[in-house]
Formats: sequence, structure tokens, C-alpha cells
Amino acid sequence: MVIKQQAQAGTFESSDMLVLVEPVSEGTGRVIELHSPVMVQFGKSIKEEINNALDEYEIKDVRLICNDKGALSATISARVETAIRRALQIQDGVLPS
Amino acid sequence: MKKNKRRTALYIPGHNPAMVQQGGVYGADTVLLDLEDSVALSEKDAARILVRNMIRTVDFYNTEVTVRINHIDTPFGITDLEYIVPVKPEAIRLPKIETKHDVIRVIELIEKIEKKHGIPHGNIKIHPMIETAIGVQNVFEIAGAHPCIDAITIGGQDLTADMGIVKTKDNAGLDYARKAIVMAAKANRIDALDSVFADVNDDEGLRIETEYAKKIGFTGKAVINPRQIDIIHDVFNPTDEEIRVAIKIVKAFNENAARGIGVFALDGKMIDAPVVTRAQHVLNLADIDINDL
Repeated sequence: MVIKQQAQAGTFESSDMLVLVEPVSEGTGRVIELHSPVMVQFGKSIKEEINNALDEYEIKDVRLICNDKGALSATISARVETAIRRALQIQDGVLPS
Repeated sequence: MKKNKRRTALYIPGHNPAMVQQGGVYGADTVLLDLEDSVALSEKDAARILVRNMIRTVDFYNTEVTVRINHIDTPFGITDLEYIVPVKPEAIRLPKIETKHDVIRVIELIEKIEKKHGIPHGNIKIHPMIETAIGVQNVFEIAGAHPCIDAITIGGQDLTADMGIVKTKDNAGLDYARKAIVMAAKANRIDALDSVFADVNDDEGLRIETEYAKKIGFTGKAVINPRQIDIIHDVFNPTDEEIRVAIKIVKAFNENAARGIGVFALDGKMIDAPVVTRAQHVLNLADIDINDL
């Protein structure tokens, strides 16, 4: 699927992750910028979690800026999924725009 | 093993991962993961995805997991069910239920989603919230509308707003509604859960309100701050003296029943079936199995 607009989800609070999604031109691939206090220990698995969420929506080209504040994997995947759905304009169960 | 009592139900805003992931550590009997009033309108999508993922992966220990969804007639309610039912919380709390048709409609939607995901129907319990005057008027029918309903609860803040009155500390305006809800619960043999006590700094006020709630028949109370849990448990837990008397009654009943005697005297008082039922309830609250003694 193709990212349509910039969107974000999550917060800067402890145990959360703030995810910003931006569209990029076709063929750019996935550009993931991850900031985390546990980058050394968990950077690889956090990126894997992010990529799994992108796989679910078959996103090939995207720029993601992820500011992790010690989020569990359930939170990481939730924030990425929310941001992607917002960027794809496919949110369901929200206020009509 | 899950607790078989609902003395406390701790509300946790569904959009807050730090609070949701710690929901099981505070010792409440139930966690109420909230998608409704504590979640901003702009964060409804984020909250339901987060709560779904958390229920899938977080161990809430022996705490009952309940999700409060948005009302089915809002733009959020049906989607809440579509996300939450497949992860099978123990119960779903339904706000602003006014008629038995309201609750049946939601249960039918749940059944449809369960069928779609190959989940057996009937395992997710339903807890209607009574938050309007018309809901109070229909509470007997609501409480008995379906076998999935195993608790009913009052939403004190919304009910006072609907009645156009100010919520006072003595809950004078809610007294009829609270008693009607308790009676409907008792008539249908389900739990009756009281509303929150909003002033988290007033421990004495919380204790007084909880003592009254227990006295009129509520089986538990909603909680908005973990520090309220111990006070409420303390009120709902039976005292040592109540436990001693209950053990004596149930033991004596079992001995008499073995000899074919249903009604007997103990310490000068008549003991019959209702007295034994009350004594057994005390032992259940204290997690005591008479056969273990």
C-alpha cells in the first residue's frame, strides 16, 4: 500500500513510542530512523517489530521516525499500526472528517 | 487462577501504555481497560489497537480483564467490538444501556464477530452500565436480558448529569437508582458494582461510601486510583469474627445435613438455608473451602 500523507501516533511519555510516518517517492524503500534509550540492547528487535507492522500493510516505501521511550513490543506494533493506518487514511471507528 | 470476586474494578485509560501494561500489579480484582470517556475523541483508534495488542501479550496475573467500549451508536462502538472481541477479554462493559434491546443488540454483534473468528459464544461476559434515568427504570429487564450478563453497574457521574442534579458526597440523588440496580442484580443472581469515588485524597469518604455500598448489597466498586484498592478490599473482606461464625454455621449445617436435618439451632439461633447461604458467601469472600479445614 502507498502512504498518502504524513501522520503520527503515540507520545513521548515513558513506556510509549512516538511514531511519525512520511510518504517518500516510489523505490526509496523503508527509511527507519529509530531513537531509543535501549538501542544497544534492543535496537534490532525494535526494528524487527516495526518492519513486521509495515509488512502487515505491505508498505514498501516510507520514512518512519520512531522515538522510543522504553515501549513494550505490543506498544511498538500498536503505535506503528496506528500511524500507518492514519497515513493510509484507512482508520476505522473514528470521527467523520 | 482468576479471582471469583469483584470487589474492585480499576479503570485504566486505554491509550496509556504505561498504565495498561501495569494493570495487573495493583491487586484489583478486575482491570477495566477503558476505550470510552478517558480516551480523547482523536485517540479512539490508537487506544483500541493498543488495548487489543496488550490483551494479546500482557499477563494480567489473576486479574479479570474487562474492556469498556464506546456506546454502540457512536462512530466508535462497533469498531471497538471488532478489535476487542477476537482477543477474548473476560468481560465487556457497555456504557449507557437503557433497554434490554440495547444490550441484546450488542450481544448479537459480539456473537457475529465470534462466529467470524471461530470463537465459541458465551465466554465473554457482559456488564451493562446504568447511567440514565430510563436505564434505571428498565434495570430489571436489562439485568436479566441474557445469560452472558453476570454483573451490572451504575455510572454515577453520567446518571446525575442525566437527572440534572449535582452529585453530592452522600449520593442522596442516586440512592433510589443504586438500590434499584442492586435489587435487579440480586433478582438475577449477578454481581452489582458501584460507581467510582472521585476524590482520591479523601480516604475516609471512600471508606464511608464503600461501607454503605456493601450494606445495601453491592458486591464491588469501581476504582480510579490504585491507592483506593486496599480500602475497598478492607471493607468488602469479611472480618475475623464473621469468618469464625460462618465456619461454625457451615460446619454445623454439613453435620446436620448428613443426618437429614435441614433446620437446626446453633448458639440459640435458628439456622436455615438462607443463613447457610450467607455464611457460605462469607467463606467464598475469604477464599476458604470448608473441606480444607
